[in-house]
Amino acid sequence: MTLIDRLFKDAPLATRREITPKLGFVLTVLLALVWLIPFLWMGVATLRPASDGINLMAELMPSLKPTLDNIRDAWEIGDFPRYTLNTTIICTGILLVQFVTITLAGFAFARLAFAGKTLIFYLFLMQLMLVPVLLIVPNLSLIAQLGLYDTLTGVMMPFFASAFGTFLMRQAFEAIPTELEDAALIDGAGLFQRIRHIYVPLSMPSFSAFAIISVTSHWNDFLWPLMVINSPDKRPLTVGLSVFTKTAEGTQAWGTIAAGTLMVIAPLLITFLIFQKRFISSFVTSGIK
Amino acid sequence: MSLAEPAALPVAASAAPRLHVLKRFTSSFKVSLPAYLLLLPSLAFLALFTYGAMGRVFVDALYQRATPKAPVRFVGLDNVSAVLADPAFTGAVVNNLIYAVGTAIPSIGLALLFALALSRTNAVTSALRAALFLPVLIPMVAASALFLFIFLPNVGLLDYYIGRMLPVLPNWLGDPDIALTAIMVITIWKNAGYYMLFFLAGLQAVPEDVMEAAHLDGAGPFQRLRYIILPELKPTFLFVTVIATLNAVTQVDHVFVLTQGGPSNSTNLVLFYIYQQAVEHYDVGKASAATLLTLAALMGLTALSFRTLANREGGP
Repeated sequence: MTLIDRLFKDAPLATRREITPKLGFVLTVLLALVWLIPFLWMGVATLRPASDGINLMAELMPSLKPTLDNIRDAWEIGDFPRYTLNTTIICTGILLVQFVTITLAGFAFARLAFAGKTLIFYLFLMQLMLVPVLLIVPNLSLIAQLGLYDTLTGVMMPFFASAFGTFLMRQAFEAIPTELEDAALIDGAGLFQRIRHIYVPLSMPSFSAFAIISVTSHWNDFLWPLMVINSPDKRPLTVGLSVFTKTAEGTQAWGTIAAGTLMVIAPLLITFLIFQKRFISSFVTSGIK
Repeated sequence: MSLAEPAALPVAASAAPRLHVLKRFTSSFKVSLPAYLLLLPSLAFLALFTYGAMGRVFVDALYQRATPKAPVRFVGLDNVSAVLADPAFTGAVVNNLIYAVGTAIPSIGLALLFALALSRTNAVTSALRAALFLPVLIPMVAASALFLFIFLPNVGLLDYYIGRMLPVLPNWLGDPDIALTAIMVITIWKNAGYYMLFFLAGLQAVPEDVMEAAHLDGAGPFQRLRYIILPELKPTFLFVTVIATLNAVTQVDHVFVLTQGGPSNSTNLVLFYIYQQAVEHYDVGKASAATLLTLAALMGLTALSFRTLANREGGP
């Protein structure tokens, strides 16, 4: 109990001796351990030599003779470098276009008065509800009509406008004092110059928050790229991993599946562990992506 | 003269405002033009992929092809009635309702527990928060690849450690009575940490001194939860419920990887049904009709939270 007492030492004095909060805390610790088991298994199974046999595959105690064979196999069987490149291109492409669209639209909402502002606000808001993934059928036929079927551009295009990003930038821009802009106006700076040199540099935290949400959600997209992409060499990581899993499942190569999964999620996990605070606060602002 | 004058008056009076309205319209358009130009890129993409897409769903749902190569013909509401009469669709709707309730309630309940237990910030709670948040980050496909082995009969993780205690080893993903529950477990594991963040943020709004005062008045932990914390968290609950419902409709990647809607359609969800109709049966008419019905249901639900959402995003 002393360890728990230490954790509760900043609780209000009056409540410090209650038992229920401590039980809740212990339960949460146990559940957090359960939550980590799939990751633990992934790590252990990745390093387990195939000679341990299928019956020891579920063992969570690490093997005494760890091997990198599984990682090598996954790297060779699945075309992971290519998949990673494709996913990187998709995420970067979406993000760059989004930066432009959300900055311009966010500025219009934050600083300009215009006719129909309420109507346009609600038009944007509607996108938050009409999650793009629901509209896969009509969007696929449009992508095909535009001649973008089986291209990475086709995967990216439906996400170029972002209501969430627009509202995020609007909020950031509204917080910037107008005096700064007035000074620039006196110096004769045009609209784009003011956005470029005053608003954008002062809103970097919001841009990075948006980048985190955008990249993680598109890194994880599956159904849409699955529908748009046909050629194996244009698959993103998620589609590649699902194909890879199907193949390896047939041969019961669980160590290889674990290694492949590890490769897909490692970039996200490492980035998260470095920028943990920033990730968490970005996700709090996101809500609906 | 005296006759003409009264007649001229109304003309003048009516002409001037019309001119005025027109002028006001053009001048307000002129003032608004820079804003419109800034909004244009976003609105163009929204028009193509959100509003246009909705329009196309409406139109496509009214047409049908006899064979994939045949020309389309107008069939009115036939697609909608065909979808409603399709046991696979109604089954998917029922599954999706079970899935929505069965994932939303446990994951929101767990999220609240986690947030209450980890509301204070120190090294230990930060580590625990990170552990619970990890599943949120990874792709659903990667989660599915891990759970594929966890649920594997006989040698899988679950059977290796827990299944041995059961009289009969269940086939987690292969038994139509259990498969949907197994799918729900993955969703709960993946989303609880996400909803926890919103409750953590919401708990910041609960004043510490009120809690302490309530305790001095003899309120136990559960009374404080019931009468102080939960009322304060009401907006958070509403918001998280909307997200959980949207997720229940849109998160189907694990169904695709693990069960393909099977065994015997027991894990078929609406979005997967739509995907099947469009991609596997090339039936765009039926897929669009199903999309339309889903959109209508979701719109009805989100209309309730439209105001909350509008306020959250700063109002018009």
